[in-house]
Amino acid sequence: MNAPTANAAETDVLLAARGITKTFPGVRALDDAQITVRAGRLNALLGENGAGKSTMMNILAGVFPPDAGEIFLAGRPVRFTSPRAAQVAGISIIFQELNLVPHLSLAENIFLGREPRNAAGLLDTARMNRDAASLLAELELDADPRTPVARLRVGAQQVVEIAKAISFRSRVIIMDEPTSAITEHEVAVLFRLIRQLKTRGAGIIYITHKLDELAEIADDITVFRDGRFIAAKPFAGATRDEMVRLMVGRDLTDLFPKTCASVGKEMLRVKNISLRHPERAEDFAVRDVSFSVRQGEVLGLFGLMGAGRTELLQTIFGLHPHAASGEMWIAGQPVSIRSPRAAIEAGLALAPEDRKGDGLVLMHSVAENTTLACLDEILRFGLIQPARERELVSRYVERLHVRTPTLRQAVRLLSGGNQQKVVLAKWLATKPKVLLLDEPTRGIDINAKKEIYALVDELARSGLAVVMVSSELPEILAIADRILVLAEGRVTAEFARGAATEEAILRAALPGSNN
Amino acid sequence: MNQKTFLEQLARFQSFLALALMVVALSLASPNFLTVDNTLNVLRQISINLCLSLGMTLVILSGGIDLSVGSVLALAGAVAAGLLKNGLALPRFNLLVQFTVPGAVVAGIGVGLVLGWFNGLAVTRFKLPPFVATLGMLSIARGLTMLWTGGFPITGLGGAFGRLGTGHALGIPIPVWISAALVAVFILVTKRTRFGRHLYAVGGNERAATLSGLAVPRIKLMVYSLGGGLAAVAGLLVTARLDSATPNAGLGYELDSIAAVVIGGTSLSGGRGSILGTVLGCLIIGVLNNGLFLLDVSPFWQQVVKGFVILAAVAADKMGARRE
Repeated sequence: MNAPTANAAETDVLLAARGITKTFPGVRALDDAQITVRAGRLNALLGENGAGKSTMMNILAGVFPPDAGEIFLAGRPVRFTSPRAAQVAGISIIFQELNLVPHLSLAENIFLGREPRNAAGLLDTARMNRDAASLLAELELDADPRTPVARLRVGAQQVVEIAKAISFRSRVIIMDEPTSAITEHEVAVLFRLIRQLKTRGAGIIYITHKLDELAEIADDITVFRDGRFIAAKPFAGATRDEMVRLMVGRDLTDLFPKTCASVGKEMLRVKNISLRHPERAEDFAVRDVSFSVRQGEVLGLFGLMGAGRTELLQTIFGLHPHAASGEMWIAGQPVSIRSPRAAIEAGLALAPEDRKGDGLVLMHSVAENTTLACLDEILRFGLIQPARERELVSRYVERLHVRTPTLRQAVRLLSGGNQQKVVLAKWLATKPKVLLLDEPTRGIDINAKKEIYALVDELARSGLAVVMVSSELPEILAIADRILVLAEGRVTAEFARGAATEEAILRAALPGSNN
Repeated sequence: MNQKTFLEQLARFQSFLALALMVVALSLASPNFLTVDNTLNVLRQISINLCLSLGMTLVILSGGIDLSVGSVLALAGAVAAGLLKNGLALPRFNLLVQFTVPGAVVAGIGVGLVLGWFNGLAVTRFKLPPFVATLGMLSIARGLTMLWTGGFPITGLGGAFGRLGTGHALGIPIPVWISAALVAVFILVTKRTRFGRHLYAVGGNERAATLSGLAVPRIKLMVYSLGGGLAAVAGLLVTARLDSATPNAGLGYELDSIAAVVIGGTSLSGGRGSILGTVLGCLIIGVLNNGLFLLDVSPFWQQVVKGFVILAAVAADKMGARRE
């Protein structure tokens, strides 16, 4: 349509994508979006979660094809059929979620699928380890290339991902929040490396939420919002306020309709909860965490990747009976919870982080998913009463505004936001006292988020105690009455609503902070 | 939109349509096909596989597989036959316990339940993949059958027991009554009970099921036990029909039963499918065997044709799923 013709004429454009549209069942993830990467420059792709950044990145990396639009690599139209094809063409990607094979060594991971071979056609392990060692040295990661990846910290694993990407000597490198789980020193090393890559003429697309990082590395910015392209401009001259306004496009207070809840009696208290690390003996995924939540209160748990947020909720929910220790009280009564079943009976509910993998039976219907944890309610003489089931399910579908054509629709076909509402419906149907939410708005679009916020608010007001894990600062600042910050499995700070700032929370959340 | 829904409906009934098509074609091709006698004959022939396949459906819906059903069938039949004919000698107490027909039937089914329960234990407690656990049981139960029978058939079991396999009630063979009753029970169990829902959920997403508070190991134990119990029922029917428990009865039956379940549209990865589909699957295999026999096709070709039908059924099912 009205593509920026001025850009297209430039010769240093490495990668350009235009008119990219991608629809998933129920969500238009990208709508006529575009991005351009020039040689020797870093383009920071900004936008809230759900803005379509990851979708764009996956399309550029050949993970899935766009529904419409075109991609030009060095001026030539390309169409990648697989991540491998994109890699061969010179596009590497560092995913936010780690894509390493845990039991293979560092070196084996870095050279997975293109292992060096000797004259006899056998693996040249010595050369592979040597090459890996030099890459790791370049990144200043002090680790033996023969170590299995599972034995490394999450941050170090991230560095291995980076080593893998740069080992391709790609012309275009896409980085999805590479600094979300690494230490300050590792960040400094990464930034130095980024500068090196740029002088070598590589183009970089860099996705981040941390606007403060940009001053050190960014040359251009591109902003997406709700799947649409909003703006592209040189970084120089863009102010923080301007970037935030472009990303959000609306006042935050509009987004989070927080009402003042009247806080009632204590519903959940945990004391000295610890969880042994699943892979590293002598280490802990959660250490000595204590807190309490009252009726009507939303407790926010913030932490970076690997901070132990999910593990903490899982421990409370009885998923790690053999590796956990600590004490718990629900509504004042001491409880010992050693299985999800016991947790549910005690009045807990957990909406897991991985909605599709852990929360729902995707191929089953809205109704079947909703009643899965409360089938006793609809039984009579041991038989499920379809009329009662319909009545119960419609009640929750209406209360949570689940948009579904029928109650028999497979949840797989619903949008992310509506899937999350089905998860909530399932839990509300068990009449819980305490609702544990793990990243309840991950990967859902902005309007659905808004609805989830309103729901959480309403549920708290109706007398539930809510514990919400989130890695989105604005979200947690707006919705929580109180915020606990976790880093490396410990509570490093607690803030009352109003007393917290993004900076203070982030400082407490960074690994290595010793307050 | 309307057309799409129509295609979807069509996809849902594809095994029914396939069966209808076969019936029409065979009645045109052979005058002996669509007769009361032949119909009852087909129904009686499939009743064995139907009993096995009901259990197999439950196991597959839960996300597992049971390769041991053929051997369990043989052992249950042999135990019932042996107890009925020779009783149970307890030399230490200087006792010989004699068994009535109901006693032997209960004992046979008990053997099936125990072996199935053992399968379940191997899967839940010892975390063995179902394929491996039941492959082990396939060998164990077959070996035990050889030991129990000494490698020779146990014959001459008496008319009362034989009636289970050869008798009629209201003109319909007893095995048909039994399998039809079991079908009705398990349709109810899968569609209308808590256990049924749990079974589908465990097969559909085991982690989500655990996190929703389902007692996943207990559900699986129950599923494998039922699989064994139903295999035992099939064993009793076979033994009664032949008036003989042979040590290699039911050899390879697990494959026919998996085929019936798959042709009936149940997903091998669990969580999707139905008892009714399995009934259709059994009917398709039964009608196919019977029809090819009537048309004088060599049994070797029957096998080849059956193989292609399995492939076609699964391919059609996949395309149906993709269209959604």
